[in-house]
Amino acid sequence: MESAEVLLLARAQFGLNIGFHILFPSLTIALGWILLYFRIRYARSGDPAWLATYKLWTKVFALSFAMGVVSGITMSFQFGTNWPGYMLKVGNIAGPLLAFEVLTAFFLEATFLGIMLFGMNRVPGWVHIFSSAMVAIGTTLSAFWILALNSWMQTPAGHVVESGQIIAGDWLKVIFNPSFPYRFVHMLLASGLTAAFVVAGLSAWRLLRAQDDASARKTLRTGLVLAAVLAPLQIFVGDLHGLNTLEHQPSKIAAIEAIWKTEKGVPLVLFAIPDDERRVNEFAIEIPKGASLVLKHDPDAELKGTDAFAPDSAPVAPVFFAFRAMVGLGVLMLALAWAGVWASRRGRLPSRRMLWVFAACTFIGWIATLAGWLVTEIGRQPWLVSGILRTAGAAGAASGAQIGVSLAGYIVTYTVMLIAYLVVLTHLAGKGTQT
Amino acid sequence: MSLDLPLIFAALMGLAMLMYVLLDGYDLGVGMLMPGANEREQELMVASIGPFWDANETWLVLGVGILLVAFPVAHGIILGALYLPVVAMLIGLMLRGVAFEFRVKAEGWHRELWNWLFWFGSFLASFAQGVMLGRFITGFHPGFGYYLFALLVGAALCGGYVLLGAAWLILKTEGVLQRKALGWARWGLAWVALGVALVSLATPMVSPTVHAKWFEDFPSARTLGLMLLPLASVLAGWVLWEATGRMKRGEREFDWMPLLAAAAIFALAFAGLAYSLFPYVVIDRMTIWEAAAHPSALRVMLAGVVIVLPLLVAYTAFAYRVFRGKARAGLYE
Repeated sequence: MESAEVLLLARAQFGLNIGFHILFPSLTIALGWILLYFRIRYARSGDPAWLATYKLWTKVFALSFAMGVVSGITMSFQFGTNWPGYMLKVGNIAGPLLAFEVLTAFFLEATFLGIMLFGMNRVPGWVHIFSSAMVAIGTTLSAFWILALNSWMQTPAGHVVESGQIIAGDWLKVIFNPSFPYRFVHMLLASGLTAAFVVAGLSAWRLLRAQDDASARKTLRTGLVLAAVLAPLQIFVGDLHGLNTLEHQPSKIAAIEAIWKTEKGVPLVLFAIPDDERRVNEFAIEIPKGASLVLKHDPDAELKGTDAFAPDSAPVAPVFFAFRAMVGLGVLMLALAWAGVWASRRGRLPSRRMLWVFAACTFIGWIATLAGWLVTEIGRQPWLVSGILRTAGAAGAASGAQIGVSLAGYIVTYTVMLIAYLVVLTHLAGKGTQT
Repeated sequence: MSLDLPLIFAALMGLAMLMYVLLDGYDLGVGMLMPGANEREQELMVASIGPFWDANETWLVLGVGILLVAFPVAHGIILGALYLPVVAMLIGLMLRGVAFEFRVKAEGWHRELWNWLFWFGSFLASFAQGVMLGRFITGFHPGFGYYLFALLVGAALCGGYVLLGAAWLILKTEGVLQRKALGWARWGLAWVALGVALVSLATPMVSPTVHAKWFEDFPSARTLGLMLLPLASVLAGWVLWEATGRMKRGEREFDWMPLLAAAAIFALAFAGLAYSLFPYVVIDRMTIWEAAAHPSALRVMLAGVVIVLPLLVAYTAFAYRVFRGKARAGLYE
């Protein structure tokens, strides 16, 4: 088999794993805080509906957390099996960041999760609330370290080269590299939106089956209000993140906007089918000078096209489409959340049709998160670590057959896991809080 | 003051791996014992490991994490050579992890299916870990005999985890299930005795390096001193046999003794293995100093470990304290 094909298989396998994995942390990071909110509401009001709510969502959390743990363990091994060159080249940076995630976050959440799930009758109330808080802090810390590493791979800073090895010169600069603050906040908000729509969607599903479910009414409202607050914030932060990318990773912006040639007064491509072979946009619908205006606030400003980075330019078509999917879903989430908040004002119940829409959009945040992840990861290609290490340079010696067999195994396992997860979630929501 | 950082991290990695084997070992073992129990007993067994399994598996991530981070060159070689058993182990761990969560929520034949997957995943992960250990000890040599050896170690490790799982159940349950667990523990001990004996005999035969370490100038003070390890293992095995025998006759106060003895057997076997391999991280090919990452990376991680490890131990101890005593059925109550 061609080495290019083996590399593609290795990337497909790692992409599948990390794409599967990201679904669950993106839900549990924010759900941890939402659970803490439910728990505190119960502690302050003593209302059994809040307790029932808390218990139901704890189960959803436990399930999602387990999915995240097992797929995360897989990833920790795949760094070595699929990308040995990665650790050889930048291990002195990536290693400590990953180690700190395990030490400060992973153990914290996993240990206190046990008390949170099974210890309510065994520890005093405040210890239980404390455990819930530790779980939420743990998931967020975990995101902190992972996003620090991912951002460093996008916009490396703070490192020095010493006798051929890349080591950290200034850890604070490594962690708080130029894109980190934007990416971290963007990810936390994405998690908030994902969790808000899951909470609202499953609550809508419950209300379709039992309208007088007091707990489901509470959580529908919680999810909708949270989404209505976070969606505009996310659009704002996303825009800042984009401007930051223009400054530090112009190649990615060229791919996002499907700009092939460096020139002045660049049009904004609303829709097109970018052709990476011929380096043109087919069926383009454009706003003249739009891209220059949006990105540089000057209709005649010069923007760099992919030609400025060739042969190290990112593939345009996947980045272009994924970006539009992400933005489109973001706007849709904003509209849905605001409509939902209006429809559920002062204790009203939204119409059945609207409840169906929310139930159908339960996992809308996942799709948007995956789209955003594709934009940022494919947009960095052909680099694994911008300007330092190419993806091809990190690949291991595993044969195409080995990767193929294990890829098939992962696909089967993940499909079974995902179907079972969705079935159990629907089942839990259907049973509601009666049990 | 200059610290031997690679040595410190080798010790930390060993500690993390030993913790993993002891902790996840008992919950993998409980998983493998599921088919031997009826439905009500299965609930108790699952309840006994429920609060702990997530954190137990985290030790594996720490152990592999230290390998990845502190010995990046070795990490690539080892995991590259173990590609397929690693995948098998991961799929096993995934299956059992999610089956654990799903089975509680499922009913009827669905629950049967998840129970079965919980057993299968536990078994697959344990067996694959044993195979990995077997390949690792023999320096990944190709050849029929070496693969056979790896399969043997796989079977032995399954027996070892069954022993740990049974000993855990003796501590955490009572009545009929505890009596069953006493039988399982004795069965597991026989299996472990066979496995440890075979591995101890086979390893020096397949590896001249290991042979030299144990028998080069036999009998000398050093090699005779080493014989204390197998002797202590035999003693721990006898304690386990005796404790389970007493409990079978109705004595109740020593329910923690089998777990302690089983853990001691594992720790002794681990010490023997560590002695055999040191200072290699890939046997005969790479020492820990050759494989180590840059001192700057090791220093910053050591600082993190020194700060976090005591906290980690403290809240792990706290969690075990919260859930001390006999397990009760009914999760999430």
